[in-house]
Formats: sequence, C-alpha cells, structure tokens
Amino acid sequence: MEEKTQLEKLVVSSSPHFLRDENIPKIMHAVILALLPAAAASVYFFGFRALMLIIVSAVSCLITEYACQKIRKKPVTIRDGSAAITGILMALTLPPSFPYYGAVLGSIFAVGIGKQLFGGIGYNIFNPALLGRVFLQATYPVMITTWSEPLSKAAKAGVDAVSAATPLALMKFEGKWTSHLDLFFGNTPGSIGETSALAILIGGLYLRYRGYINWKMPLGYLGSMAFLGGIFWLINPSKYPDPLFHILAGGAMLGAWFMVTDMVTSPVTPLGQWIFVICGGSLAVIIRLFGGLPEGVMYSILLMNAFVPLLNKHTRPLFFGEGIKVE
Amino acid sequence: MGLKTFNHGIHPSYNKELTQSKKIEKASLPSKVVIPLQQHIGAPCKPLVKKGDTVAEGQKIGETTTFVTAPVHSSISGKVKEIERRPYPGGGKVLSVIIEGDGTVKDWRSGDTDLDMESLSKEELRNIIREAGIVGMGGAAFPTHVKLSPPKEKKIDAFILNGCECEPYLTSDHRLMVEEPEKVLWGMKAMMKAIGVENGFIGIEENKPDAIDALERAARGSNIKVAALKTKYPQGAEKMLIKAVIDRKVPVGKLPMDVGCVVNNVGTAFAVYEAAKYKKPLIERVITVSGNGVREPKNLLVRIGTSFEDVLNQCGGMAGEGEKEVLNGGPMMGIAQTTLEAPVIKGTSGITVLTGKEIKPYKYDPCIRCASCVEVCPVNLMPYKLGDLGRLYRLDEFKAWGGAVCIECGCCSYTCPSKRPLLHWIRVGKVKIREREKV
Repeated sequence: MEEKTQLEKLVVSSSPHFLRDENIPKIMHAVILALLPAAAASVYFFGFRALMLIIVSAVSCLITEYACQKIRKKPVTIRDGSAAITGILMALTLPPSFPYYGAVLGSIFAVGIGKQLFGGIGYNIFNPALLGRVFLQATYPVMITTWSEPLSKAAKAGVDAVSAATPLALMKFEGKWTSHLDLFFGNTPGSIGETSALAILIGGLYLRYRGYINWKMPLGYLGSMAFLGGIFWLINPSKYPDPLFHILAGGAMLGAWFMVTDMVTSPVTPLGQWIFVICGGSLAVIIRLFGGLPEGVMYSILLMNAFVPLLNKHTRPLFFGEGIKVE
Repeated sequence: MGLKTFNHGIHPSYNKELTQSKKIEKASLPSKVVIPLQQHIGAPCKPLVKKGDTVAEGQKIGETTTFVTAPVHSSISGKVKEIERRPYPGGGKVLSVIIEGDGTVKDWRSGDTDLDMESLSKEELRNIIREAGIVGMGGAAFPTHVKLSPPKEKKIDAFILNGCECEPYLTSDHRLMVEEPEKVLWGMKAMMKAIGVENGFIGIEENKPDAIDALERAARGSNIKVAALKTKYPQGAEKMLIKAVIDRKVPVGKLPMDVGCVVNNVGTAFAVYEAAKYKKPLIERVITVSGNGVREPKNLLVRIGTSFEDVLNQCGGMAGEGEKEVLNGGPMMGIAQTTLEAPVIKGTSGITVLTGKEIKPYKYDPCIRCASCVEVCPVNLMPYKLGDLGRLYRLDEFKAWGGAVCIECGCCSYTCPSKRPLLHWIRVGKVKIREREKV
C-alpha cells in the first residue's frame, strides 16, 4: 500500500535532473560583498557623507525597483540584490559633495529607465549604474564635477572641505601629475569609491576567486588602456601620462572590475569579450587624452554596451568539429 | 595535470562513493518480465512467439530482417502471458512480450567451450554479436554489430573502449572493470578483431584508479593502452572521448568512423565476451541503483525485463519523504519515469532516485547573460540563444545557430544560475525541425 502512495508522487522532468547550486541572488550578494572594500574606503577618505550617499542611492534604487515591479504587476525581486548593486555602484561614482536629492534622481533614472523600462534584470542594454551617472552628468554638470580633497588633506589645511581638482583634471588641464602611491591607496580627490585602487582590487579579486568574473574582462580592459596610453606616453612623456597612471586614476579600476564585468551588459562569446574590452579600454584613453572631458571610462563602457547584441551575433565560436574536412 | 581531456564541460558532484566499492550482486530471479520488442535505435522487432507459448531462457522472441536492429531474447524461462503495449523506460509505450517465469534457471557456464578467438572469423564474430542482440550499453543502445561493420571505404585505425562513466551516481562500468577486467578486455579484443583494427585504447577517468590499475594489468603486453582521463562531465560522450584519447575531432554531422575510430562501452565488451564464450545472449546486465532516494544503493546484475519496482525493492525500497524522481540512467542524461512498472532494458545503465533538495526547481528566472552556458558547452554552442530559438519555434535560426550539433549532455541547464531549462528548449527545437522535415 505504501508503494501506491509513492507512485502518485513521482516527479517527471526532462534531463538534466540535478542542477548546480547557483542562483541570481547568490551572484548579486557576492558582488555587494565585493563592493564593500571600496565603500569602506570611500567612508575612510570622504567621511560620513560618502556613507549617506551610498545608503540614499541604494535605498532609492530598491524603492524604484519595487514600485516599477508593482506597476508592471511583476513579482517583486528586490531581495535578489541587483537593484542594491546599481545604487551602491552609482553612489561610488559620485563626488563627495553631491546633493542627496541628486542621488535619488539618479537612482530613479538608473533603475526605472535604465533597467525596468527595458524589462527588468537581464533585459537592459546599458549598465544601469552608469546610465544613472550619465543622467546626472547631463542634469547637474557643475555639481558632478565639483570635487574636494579627502578628509586627511582637508584636515591638514584646517578646514572642513577644500575644493580640488581630480588627478585626471590636473593632468589634462594643468599638466600636473599625482603620485602613483596616492592613486593606489586612494588619497586623492575624486568620486568617493573610485579613488582607492587597492580597495577595488580586493573586491575584484574576491569576485574572481568566487568565479563570477574571468581574468579577460578586467585585465583586458586595463591592459588596453595601459597599452594605448603607453604608446602616447612613449611618444611624448612630458605631455601624456604613463600607463600606470591611466589604470590607477579616475574610474578605470572601478569600471574594469565592476562595470566591464557586468554580466547582463557584456558579450558572452570569447571573441566578443576581447573586442569589447580592447575597444572599451582604447576608447577610454582616447577620450581622456583628446576628448573634452578628463575622464572617459563611463562613456567608453556605455558605448561598448550598445555593441553587445551585435558582438554576440557576429562572434559565434566555431562549433566542435565545424569546418573540418574529411576525405 | 597533464591528463587528457576535452575543452569545457562541468564538474558536478559525482556521488559515486555510494556504490563504487560495492561488489556486483546478482538480483533475485524475477517472477515476471516485460521485454520490449524495441530496446535499441533502429527497426522494432516482430514477435516470434505468441500468447501461451513456452519460452526458454535465452530464447529469441523478437527479430526483424532490417540491418540496423537487434533481436531480443527472453531473460527467464516460462510462459508468454501477453503481448501488448507496455510502459517503456525511454518514454511512452512499446509493444512488449510479458513472460511469467517457471522458477528455473539455466546454467550458461556449462556451455563454456574454451573457445579461442583465433578460430573465429570477422563475420562469425559479428554474427555472434548480432544474434546475441548486443547493443551499446552506455545508454544510446545502438546495435553493436552495425558499429562493427563500417563501410569498406572507411579506414578504421583506432578502437576506443569507453570506461569513462562520467554520469554522476553510476558505477556499473566501474565495477565491471574492477571485477572482470580480463573478460572486458577479451570482449574488446573480439570487437577489434571483428573490425580488423590494431590499436586499442581504454579511456577511463582518473577517479577510478582501481579500474585503471586492473585494466592496465590485464592489458600488459598487448597493443591496448589505457588512457587515464581527467574527471569531467561529459568525458564519456563519444566525440569528447575521441578528442581526449586520440586528439581527433569528429566533423559536424559526421560519425566517429569518418575519423577512423570506433567507440564501444565497457558493458558492451562484457556482453560480447559472454555471448562468444557461453553463447549467452544479452539477457542481463549490471546496473547501478543509487541516489539519495534509495535506501541501500547497490550494483546489481539484473535480468532484462525486471520492473523498476522489483529492482528498487531489492535495494531496500525508496528512502525519504515526499516527492521522488525515478530515472532510467543517471541524473544528467537519465529519463524520468512515470511508473515503476517500466522494465530494465539493454540500455539501462542505472536507476537513480532523487528526492528532496536534489529535485530541481521548476521555476526559472530571466537570463542574465552570465555566459556560463557558453563556457561549459563541450560543442561550443550558445545554449542561452539556442534555447530561446527552440522555445519560440524560430527554426531556421535554430538551425543556423547549430541546434543539430547539440549532444544533449545537459551542461548548459546544469550550470545556469537562472535555472533555465535550456536543454529542454533545445530539444523542443530539434523535435519541431524533425516534424517540419517530415511534412
């Protein structure tokens, strides 16, 4: 009789019947964890305001996601962590003095327009955090380029906040270099989470350790920057910065480890990924050296995002045994 | 390090420790068997017996004249009770001969003729294999004598015995290699002779060191080499195995013989040995009964036609509360059963019962383009894309993106963090294409 009851409970599905213990929340939570060192560095260098910017952005993103999913009558998935990442990541690209209401607007744009309007997670073409940042750049061009010294340097000067120029702006407009050591640890003016290459690297290596990113994407992007930057440096070292400066300054590190590697908005094929990072890295250097803006990482990634569907379509790997002739 | 393998693939938890050190046990004689008349790829057999006939153990009960087919035999002696369509472990129903046993057992070994291979010609060997109804016992069940009869213009220079057993849970080939290495080798040599090929290789994953050891010892001094391969799924897929062992790629749409190679399974080699030595047709086989839903996992020598229910009862029954998924085969490529009445067939390498957390969820999330399906696909497809094309019946695109190249190993579905049933959708595409081409 016991057999009968068991018979009724047979599950039937198509193979494979057991799956890897992996899911979207697990990946997203690992990314959040990986962003913590950069977030901690931002608080260390720029104080309480940095922390508030991160919290305001993350919460605004979560609320936006919730509202959009309610309106679209879709299951609410704010717990998967993807909206929180967008908020944290966008906040990390803002100047320390950026107003909170601006961060809220940027978050609404990032998640509402940049992600949910496209259909939610997995369907967006552009990196939502960068889209939020680019929206703010267009909306508040002055506020988003008003930088201040890190707290330690401001304290030395005996004031609360000293407005200052970022290393890239100093390089571009005044021909002054910032020391590599300051760039590496993050003791420079800049976006709150972008200044410390060390903190970003710790998070990036953690993601690599967890297997969520490959080496090709971040190193290919940074390598391309260093390569093209290096060529110009060799041509005229007094005018152009050295390769190391390129990869340590501005948003290069954060972009390479956390935005280039964004799964949804990067190519899936090996060749597509190479094209993506090589073009992206080169574009960033070209904008830095010859564009109107001191920083080109954001636009380089967004522009390459637009090419991802095309890259996926035209860089299909050869099938196993394709193109082999037998007599 | 330094071990041979193929590109991509996955590393699932193999769970082989449940049965890998358990000796093969003989299952008890079933009182009734259900023997499907088609257990192989190719033409179905026509019954040679009718209701009420008395049949002897090993008597041929199904046959047809087509080349690509394999006869079926009664696995017990007794009386034909019914010939009707019955549930088939490969899905659906198949015309089957139902035999009620009389409780007697034939001693095949008494017919041991001390036969040596030298006295048998190629044709005789092939004929023995065909008459014994031997098919590929790794799961696909392709008639072995067909594989051993390549057209003359195809020059075969390598024979590979597949001892990978990369499917999680299954250990039947492993146990055969450890317990009967000489017999497996004999069967392999017989198949090599039937084709007339000199070089033999045995591909075994490194997670079976005792099997590698046993066969290396048995093959010492012969022209057969044991190739230790990296433990990786699907190492035992024919094309992957050929790539790993002799570094040749089977071109898209071609067969192993097009690159001068024939692959057969360890269980098949053992069946060939018994057929040649004892004139014993393929009426029983070793299967692994395992999974977290089985009380006492075992390796069992089971007669073809024994019901899953009977087999499971001999392994302490099913364990755990709640839902069960009973598979013909392992969890990666096995087929889920709708009823435990289904019989063990020639291609049943194991019965896996999954329960609780091991059963996969039926909900899935959007694709996040993480590329892990692309990274694991052993035949370099883009499964996330193929899956969508198959699901949406976009058949021309499905073809262009290589739908037909898919070997259905399931690595893509396994690895997908969104739990998308990618292989299932690819199968949908394949079926739809087949339907369209029929019209």
